[in-house]
Amino acid sequence: MLQQLFRFQGGIEPAYHKQESVREPIAQAPLPPRLIIPLHQSIGGTPRPVVAVGDKVLKGQLIGAADGWISAAVHASTSGTVVEIGPRRIPHPSGLTTDCVVIEPDGEARWIERAPLDYRAMAPEEVRAYLQNAGIVGLGGAAFPSHAKLTTAKGVPMQELVINGAECEPWITCDDMLMRERAAEIVAGIGLFRDLLQPQRVLIGIEDNKPEAIAAMTAAVRAAGESFEVIAVPTRYPAGGAKQLIRVLTGKEIPAAKRSTDLGVQCFNVATAYSAWRAVAHGEPLISRIVTLTGNADRPRNWEVPIGMPIDALLPLAAPRPDTDGVIMGGPMMGFLIPALDVPVIKATNCLIAHSPSLFPPQPPEMPCIRCGECARACPHELQPMDMYWWSRAKNFGKAQEAHLFDCIECGCCAYVCPAHIPLVQYFRFAKSEIWAREKERKLAEGAKERFEFKQFREEREKAEKAEKLAKAAAAQAAKKAAEAAAASAAGSTAPPTDAAEAAKKAAIAAALERARAQRAAVQARNTEDLPPEKAREIAAIDARRQQAGLEPAAATPLGKEDA
Amino acid sequence: MDLLLAIAIMALGAVVLGAALGYASVKFKVEGDPIVEKIDAILPQTQCGQCGYPGCKPYAEAIAKGEADINQCPPGGDEGVRKLADLLGKEYKPLSAEHGQEKPKAVAVIREELCIGCTLCIQACPVDAIVGAAKQMHTVVASLCTGCELCVKPCPVECIDMVPIPETLETWKWKYPVFEIKPAESRKVA
Repeated sequence: MLQQLFRFQGGIEPAYHKQESVREPIAQAPLPPRLIIPLHQSIGGTPRPVVAVGDKVLKGQLIGAADGWISAAVHASTSGTVVEIGPRRIPHPSGLTTDCVVIEPDGEARWIERAPLDYRAMAPEEVRAYLQNAGIVGLGGAAFPSHAKLTTAKGVPMQELVINGAECEPWITCDDMLMRERAAEIVAGIGLFRDLLQPQRVLIGIEDNKPEAIAAMTAAVRAAGESFEVIAVPTRYPAGGAKQLIRVLTGKEIPAAKRSTDLGVQCFNVATAYSAWRAVAHGEPLISRIVTLTGNADRPRNWEVPIGMPIDALLPLAAPRPDTDGVIMGGPMMGFLIPALDVPVIKATNCLIAHSPSLFPPQPPEMPCIRCGECARACPHELQPMDMYWWSRAKNFGKAQEAHLFDCIECGCCAYVCPAHIPLVQYFRFAKSEIWAREKERKLAEGAKERFEFKQFREEREKAEKAEKLAKAAAAQAAKKAAEAAAASAAGSTAPPTDAAEAAKKAAIAAALERARAQRAAVQARNTEDLPPEKAREIAAIDARRQQAGLEPAAATPLGKEDA
Repeated sequence: MDLLLAIAIMALGAVVLGAALGYASVKFKVEGDPIVEKIDAILPQTQCGQCGYPGCKPYAEAIAKGEADINQCPPGGDEGVRKLADLLGKEYKPLSAEHGQEKPKAVAVIREELCIGCTLCIQACPVDAIVGAAKQMHTVVASLCTGCELCVKPCPVECIDMVPIPETLETWKWKYPVFEIKPAESRKVA
């Protein structure tokens, strides 16, 4: 099939280092003694823990329920016991902690009850909710909850579904190996996405440095009888960026502040399609992923790793060389050095690269920008990195935003080509997070101002209401006094009404006294409760005589009541 | 004749332009002082009163009138002073010591086992961030607290602490790139 390909501007061609880790097939990583599963693994709300310390969990059991629509559930990667729920370090450039569920595996790997889902018989919303509960997130690295991407924009027909198998970053081969070995299930997963989104065409983009993957995917598509187009795209970093791949395959350029769905395009990673299919066809939530172990190591290879496996347990599988001084998570272009080796593998961990000074020589010192424009030529987004750098460095964030800072995908091409060795991406990340923090602060300040003003308004209102009430009460008092005075002066003989009132009062007092007397009598009679029957009969007889004599009403005697 | 015509033309022009100016002054009248709004937008809205005015807006008004200086807002910090200096074309000056020092952001936390439910802190809170009722335990809604410390003093049992906000994954920021400068290894004298 002949397909016209488009180009994106810029990009670079770094040394790819992909051959090292594709010599051996994917292997199953052994179970570590402890699994550390962070609750917050995807973009969006942090899942709420639904297990407690000491609970026995099964493989695939829900341990963190999704919180909100942009959030995905988290599951136990194997069966075992929950031994801790608390803050632990996670693979994040900050080195900060977040709540993690620590599971001690029992080694039995007992599954929850799994059942395939007949998704064709279900409403799309139900399938999306199912995928959310299965914890399916984008496995290309961003970990965006996939169910939220499986909706079309209102009024825009879905034209192209782009499946991203480009894997453009050096060293990483996990998608390559997955496509070689498990192409049929990827294709089935793409079928699922196709059914949910109903696009006119499905395009699978794979960089042309992966001929085996292209062949496997083409064969799988043919075997499944689908009409998906497997397209080899020229190898050029960052062809695997969603916007770049969409540009290459469809010619569409996503404008700033718009989503690809607004142009009728949606993009998914191949591994996402694979795990979505595992969830639908086998009832398996996302509890493991393929991780490339490579870099300064003797046995680089791809491993299927349970989510939560500590990296210090995983890394020895690749036999890192003695001069290894750190581990990069992600690729060398966009990844970061993990803060410590005890952090776990998370859903976003696609690659771990053993770092050594010989493999990744330290960055030479930063020199002044000479405005040569190399960065602008390399930028795949056609931005002007030198201007963004200029304003970010000066902390003039408004100007940096005007230079389209937020269109930057932080691919690192500009820093790669910079002859002055300026860490441009670091400046952009700094400026972005500073702008976000300020925006958040500004919103909080606005809220505080609003509440302050409302409090002042409320206090004023309360004061006014109080004054009004007091004025009313004073007026009423004055009116009453005036009326009394008027009545006193008008009628000299006020005796009859007062007499009547007093008589009523006296009657009430008399009645109250009578009631009190009766009550007292009732209480006094209580000492006769436990009398023997003869005595009781005797008293009853006396009472009867008294009653006949008209001395006492019968109702007042509790004994009489008992007899009745 | 020519002279009269010239005067008449000039007079007519004056009348027309005067009418236009008069209309414009009514039509485009500026309500309030826009500079106050601009200053208020820079202030942090903690409503803490450390500047000596009962809230951020009164302080903004005082700055606009020239009654207050621009360096009296500790929560706004050094950056706030710089922004005000930029806006007003004034010289930057360091934060005045008598109004307090810039502190890391904090929130008030009530030690709930000590709270006697007197409602004094609720009345003191300028932004309605404390909930509770008489003789019931009170608590601070942390997300609404501006850290103004106005509730700390009124508390008769001293059960309110100011707790600095720790850095979390959500609030973490990428740092400004800095390069460590290492001293060059001193050459051994042979």
